[in-house]
Amino acid sequence: MTRSRRDWLLAFGFLLPSLLVFGVFIFYPLARTIDLGFYRSDPFGGLGRFVGVSQYTHVLGTHAFRRSLGISLRFVLLTVPTGLVLGLGLALLGHQRLRGIRVYRALFSSTVATSVAVASLMWLTLLHPSIGLINQLLVKLGHERIIFLQSQGWALLSVAAVTVWQNLGFTFIVISAGLQSVPDELLESARIDGAGAWARFRHVTLPLLSPTLLFAIVVLTITSFQAFGQIDLLTTGGPLHSTEVLVYHVFTRTSSDPSTAAVEAVVLFVIMLGLTLVQLRVLERRVFYGE
Amino acid sequence: MLLTAAAAVVFFPIYTAVVIAIQPPARLIDFPAVLIPRSLDFSSLRFAFRAAHMSRYLVNSFVVTSAIVTAQVVTSILAAYAFAFLEFPLKRFLFALFLATLMVPAEATIVANYETIQRLGWLDTYQALIVPFMATAFGTFLLRQAFLGVPRDLRDAAALDGYGHWGFLRGVAVPLARPTIAALTVFSFLLAWNQYLWPLLVTNDDSHRTVQIGLKALSGASIARLNLVSAGAVIAALPIFVLLVLFQRHLVRGLTSGAVKG
Repeated sequence: MTRSRRDWLLAFGFLLPSLLVFGVFIFYPLARTIDLGFYRSDPFGGLGRFVGVSQYTHVLGTHAFRRSLGISLRFVLLTVPTGLVLGLGLALLGHQRLRGIRVYRALFSSTVATSVAVASLMWLTLLHPSIGLINQLLVKLGHERIIFLQSQGWALLSVAAVTVWQNLGFTFIVISAGLQSVPDELLESARIDGAGAWARFRHVTLPLLSPTLLFAIVVLTITSFQAFGQIDLLTTGGPLHSTEVLVYHVFTRTSSDPSTAAVEAVVLFVIMLGLTLVQLRVLERRVFYGE
Repeated sequence: MLLTAAAAVVFFPIYTAVVIAIQPPARLIDFPAVLIPRSLDFSSLRFAFRAAHMSRYLVNSFVVTSAIVTAQVVTSILAAYAFAFLEFPLKRFLFALFLATLMVPAEATIVANYETIQRLGWLDTYQALIVPFMATAFGTFLLRQAFLGVPRDLRDAAALDGYGHWGFLRGVAVPLARPTIAALTVFSFLLAWNQYLWPLLVTNDDSHRTVQIGLKALSGASIARLNLVSAGAVIAALPIFVLLVLFQRHLVRGLTSGAVKG
């Protein structure tokens, strides 16, 4: 066997384990999900007859689908801008040269140690209607109790707040790393030219930071669309479906109505595909023209 | 001043969870005095550990997470080596295929993957929790980048010394990529440990449920046991906390790779 033939075999051998996993658990299920969407589920959670595209048009027209897509979008709008602004604020605070700043940085990044489930449980004790610490504080301040998780007006906001908090550590770390790459000399010369703190931030830091911010926005949007654990643990989609985001809806239908779940999963895939393509574009720009 | 206020607000939920977990349950309604621990009481933690089966869930999480991390590191090293050092037909196509996996979110494939696991008879098994995650395109790209950084001279020298690909992989490439492998390990551990949706879907009994799913049972605890909720959260977060304290640098590299030029 020639040397190059041996290399070919070795390469395929090296790639085989990954390709097997991807084939069975990513590519096949993707195709299968698209296919499942052409059937109707039978009443027992099995596959009924083939109905073609009409199942797609049917599901996309249902009230339940439109409602959960709308809630997902609102959830993204509630979490991403807030998370970004707070993360940027913390990163700017943590970027100062002060004694003990390392302690503050550690505290700011501390939420990366929490999983979605851990964060949800921590907030459950804070948000509890009768003995939650926030409500105990409200009562002490002479305010009425707020039923955070069981009222239609507050549930989505509360879940969004928990999500923003849980992602804060990540956002802080990413934006801080971006800030480090803004050259001090540039800021210094802007200062000598008489630029105030705001002008320096607006015209020097922000433009140089924009690729990092764009990256953070895309990642936060993707995570936000994928939100599931916090909803399952805090509200189970309620009250009255007010926190039932798309992923949660897919989950509740997976074993009972697989073909509806499949159609919704395809929609989810298309949205995420768009976002990921944007993310890759951003990364590419970063790699080739960045800094 | 602003710095301290911000830190206090961000850290507050974690602080209260720890404080509530180590105090007698009754103090929970003693706000704000509860925020300053007066006495140590491990009954909540002990109860969560024993009666709420957190110890069992922890073992399951360790088994599943270490299997996933080990498998991901091995499969990524092999695939990354092929992409970095070997020439073979369809290389660009296969690379694009790896890239494509990044565009398929796990949430979009759960319906069909659930069906597969059911057909294999894998519901309520460790395999169901491990096998779908044994490879990672992200890890492959990370390591390929590290391997591409190996100087050409070293490769030529290794070839002169009669090193085959295996010898070069084990003796040169992997040792040189150690920092990246460490970053991947920490990052994979974090992701695998924190998984929620998939383990919830494919496990129904205590024998295989992971710690994150164990928290779900605790979240339904009655008012009288709200302290257990905090205890459970603290127990589930502790391993990750230790990991982060020990390997903070590696994690930051993992999180920001791509965001910032390495």
